[in-house]
Amino acid sequence: MSNPIVTIKNLSVTYPNGHHALEDVSVNLKSGSICGLVGVNGAGKSTLFKAMMGFVKPTAGNVSIDGMSVRNALKKNLVSYVPQTEEVDWDFPVLVEDVVMMGRYGHMGFLRRPSKTDHDAVAQALERVNMSEYKKRQIGELSGGQRKRIFVARALAQGGNIILLDEPFTGVDIKTEDSLIDLFQSLVAEGRLILVATHNLGSVPSFCDEVILINKTLLAYGSVETTFTQDNLSKAFGGMLRHHQLIGADLHDDEDARGVTVLTDDERPLVLYGEEGGKKIVRTPKRKKADKT
Amino acid sequence: MIDLLLEPFTYNYMFKAIWVCALVGGVCAFLSSYLMLKGWSLMGDALAHSIVPGVALAYLLALPYAVGAFFTGILAALSMAIVKQKTKLREDAIIGLVFTTFFAIGLLIVSINPTAVNIQAIILGNILAISDYDIAQVVIISFICLFVLLLKWKDLVAVFFDENHARSIGLPVNALKITFFTLLSAATVAALQTVGACLVIAMVVTPGATAYLLTDRFGRLITISVLLGSLTSALGAYASYFLDANPGGLIVTLQTLIFLAAFFFAPKYGLLKVRKTIAKKVGA
Ligand SMILES: Nc1ncnc2c1ncn2[C@@H]1O[C@H](COP(=O)(O)OP(=O)(O)O)[C@@H](O)[C@H]1O
Ligand SMILES: [Mg+2]
Repeated sequence: MSNPIVTIKNLSVTYPNGHHALEDVSVNLKSGSICGLVGVNGAGKSTLFKAMMGFVKPTAGNVSIDGMSVRNALKKNLVSYVPQTEEVDWDFPVLVEDVVMMGRYGHMGFLRRPSKTDHDAVAQALERVNMSEYKKRQIGELSGGQRKRIFVARALAQGGNIILLDEPFTGVDIKTEDSLIDLFQSLVAEGRLILVATHNLGSVPSFCDEVILINKTLLAYGSVETTFTQDNLSKAFGGMLRHHQLIGADLHDDEDARGVTVLTDDERPLVLYGEEGGKKIVRTPKRKKADKT
Repeated sequence: MIDLLLEPFTYNYMFKAIWVCALVGGVCAFLSSYLMLKGWSLMGDALAHSIVPGVALAYLLALPYAVGAFFTGILAALSMAIVKQKTKLREDAIIGLVFTTFFAIGLLIVSINPTAVNIQAIILGNILAISDYDIAQVVIISFICLFVLLLKWKDLVAVFFDENHARSIGLPVNALKITFFTLLSAATVAALQTVGACLVIAMVVTPGATAYLLTDRFGRLITISVLLGSLTSALGAYASYFLDANPGGLIVTLQTLIFLAAFFFAPKYGLLKVRKTIAKKVGA
């Protein structure tokens, strides 16, 4: 497997209405890791994805993927993208398996006749998102969470080494979220790069290796341990988070100065524990394996 | 009896009318499968009317009418695309705006040069009186359309279903869209000759709409639609011999009757089936 690296250099995006959505963002992403892209609503997460896919034109800077331009990388099917909201017509006469098969078109010949490999890839992708039994359904006949999983399956079937997921957990239940996270981890173990946009803080430390914090500009980028700290999060979220702190004497009967900080935006809370009221993360809650029933 | 039924085929002009109608009907039906999905059904109508100035000019300049029609068709489609991109107007307003403008220009040209074009031939079409030269144009256009559609129908589905995804897997989205509108313009030109500008809309809407009620798979939808389009067109042309009626009117009436049948009796989405299913669920 190749070693795709995404290089984003001094990227700025201004929309036609004059809104500066991103300013001077630079990051280098390596394969074999899950990277969380975290920021408030309107921080520019989706814009960053769209710029990486070439859907919006950068006003300055550029994105290169595995040393190629975005266009060429897309032609080689290196990047799979699962957008935040699918702007598709849910009444379209296609079955679930047809939609997932569309992920394979880039691998097929001129007439797009699926081979055995393509059929296998589709079956496997549906299996991995636990949607095999729905393959003959018309796509409108699914719940919101199931629709999301179908588009993840389409991205899997495409087989890109770089997978971009824009808020994949919105509208899915906890059990599905856990099984998606398991899936992402197994994909990364296969050497892929996964970039997940989310504002769901609580789960970030438990499944991401790296994290990018943005709010129009890049606020911080690095490994979760060193970057996902209370200071950085306050910078990223300002006063948008609920914030509970128990420090030193409030928490302990002894001289221990460590404290617990809970940050939440109504989704899974983020719990920080350690020196200076949890400014440094001493321990992040490890996720238990989701039980697959 | 048999002799009577076969009688139309003994006339060369009837025989030609039947198979040319079947061909054009099939191509329009193919395109209708896509148009209906996108809510672009009125686009076919708009194009048919937009073509009038091109046809008028072509006659004036003694060019094949298909050339003029084709270029104004493309011009109209492009104008719609540009207005759509640059403004926030909704599609229906844009289609209405562009097509009335083109149609008005066409009427103007015709009224200044009244002898130049038989405008009625464009608006009503008359397959029974079509010249061999025009038939050649219609047939060539139809075969090119069918050929391209058969090669690229899957790519077009991908683009129509999810344009961004099509882009992300490296499909040439803009080229495919331009191809589609080129084919649509070309097919509209062909249909003008057979059923006329007023009824082109039915040819590029009804078969697809009927097929939509009958299946959840796009491949089958196209097959059903093309079969319906071809058969009704052939049958309409054939029946016009006995009824001494306008073939276009007959073709569209037939298509509508089949649509109504599907509306009531379709296995999954028909009115009766839906009622029965709900009644069963409530009763259980
Ligand atoms: N098509 C657009 N035209 C103009 N402004 C936009 C457009 N899309 C997004 N924006 C603006 O750009 C900013 C970033 O949006 P987005 O990238 O969607 O944020 P996020 O995904 O982080 O919630 C927002 O302020 C939003 O209003
Ligand atoms: Mg977003």
